Amino acid sequence: MKTKIFLLLALLVGFSSGAFAQSSFDAKFQKMMSEGFRAEGIAGLDRIQQDETQKFCSNPKLINTKQGAVKAIELQKLNMASIVQPTDGKYIGDWKSGEAIAQSGRGATWTDKPDTVNGGGCYNCHEINKKEISYGNLGPSLWNYGKNRGYSQELITYTWNRIYNSKAYNLCSNMPRFGHSKLLTQEQMQDVMALLLDPQSPVNQ
Amino acid sequence: MKQQFPKVSMRKIFRFVFSLIITSGMTAAYAQSTTDEIAKYRQMIADGNPSELYEDAGAELWKKPAGPKNATLEKCNLGLGPGVIQGAAAQLPKYFPDTNKVQDLESRLITCMSTLQGISAQEIIDAPFQKGLKKDMDALVAYIVTASKGQVIKVKAQHPKEKEAYALGNRAFYFQGGPMDFSCATCHGSDGKRIRLQDLPNLTTQAGAAAGWGSWPAYRVSSGQFWTMGLRLNDCYRQQRFPFPIYGSELLTAISMYMAVNANGGTMQTPGLKR
Repeated sequence: MKTKIFLLLALLVGFSSGAFAQSSFDAKFQKMMSEGFRAEGIAGLDRIQQDETQKFCSNPKLINTKQGAVKAIELQKLNMASIVQPTDGKYIGDWKSGEAIAQSGRGATWTDKPDTVNGGGCYNCHEINKKEISYGNLGPSLWNYGKNRGYSQELITYTWNRIYNSKAYNLCSNMPRFGHSKLLTQEQMQDVMALLLDPQSPVNQ
Repeated sequence: MKQQFPKVSMRKIFRFVFSLIITSGMTAAYAQSTTDEIAKYRQMIADGNPSELYEDAGAELWKKPAGPKNATLEKCNLGLGPGVIQGAAAQLPKYFPDTNKVQDLESRLITCMSTLQGISAQEIIDAPFQKGLKKDMDALVAYIVTASKGQVIKVKAQHPKEKEAYALGNRAFYFQGGPMDFSCATCHGSDGKRIRLQDLPNLTTQAGAAAGWGSWPAYRVSSGQFWTMGLRLNDCYRQQRFPFPIYGSELLTAISMYMAVNANGGTMQTPGLKR
């Protein structure tokens, strides 16, 4: 009996000291982060206040657990619910302007001004128009995007949603949430949509 | 503080300018082979890296009395004993008992400049990049890392504080934030990735970390500047759309510790030569 109680106590102490070590490490990390940055220009300290999605996706070990998979679905739903469809009902804008937005990687850094027009930076990670050979490969190729997939309303809505908030489909996708995080305006997103989905766009030739 | 760059032979300047002319002609060539062209360019000026100008200036600064205490840095202990430069950068970051902290090259130099020379640490931290005390720092860093060129990276997390710095750096590496939800891992967490045509080392693997950590600090041809690791990481965070990481902070040391330990066993190719 005594040994059982002893074992139980030892177990409890073990658990709580483990939890204590974890929370003290958490505190150290928080302190390091809050002392490690200062606001500069438009890049304020609010940028290291994580939302639930960022917090979850910063923990690669949790993502691969059963509990993580459940949480991911829950957070994906939250991201999906926040998507706003174009207020004027228009999904396809001007592909020429879309190409310029896809080329530009400007905006949102501390060396940018509050009125700097953000680019989409699409070519940083995607092949889009094959004529542009300087493209990144963090994301899939988008060459012939509409041509290969058809131009259905379903595809159009899906693409809008994916640009607006990629995390609604794949929670820890590397793609920024262009609508959700107000990186692009509605009009800019309509133009990028045209680059991918206008049959006249060079991407679909 | 004024800093004079030592005279460089006309031959060296000629060789450098000549190679620049050659490369600028190459920019018209296919961008697809940009990486190859940069490799060729590297080869061309391999015995004439412009970092040499910074290195020479750093060697002078090291032994020149300066600061309120009018002292030199010759007694500065970078981890291998007072004044030992050879191989010092290859074993940093590490734990230093005198400060009871893990320090990387730049935060350790801040300690040496403030304790030995009486220079204000805050003034070094606050100086704009490439100017004033940071310009001195650039030169000192170039001098010290050149003395580790070709050496094996020997950074292991052994002391409890080193283990802690590694764990903190690891967590910071995966920390997502900002309007684009980026972390270091977004771009540097898997093999074979590029932004536009720029190859991205996978810093979570030994080979990738050795390639990345081992080739910075470096001279950047595009900006015509020598960049310390402090500036390299600062610009990473800028492009991540984060707020401004504080120079010499525990955060930057922890990130450096994460990369250096992952790179252990690799080769120091410092100072590197970059696009």
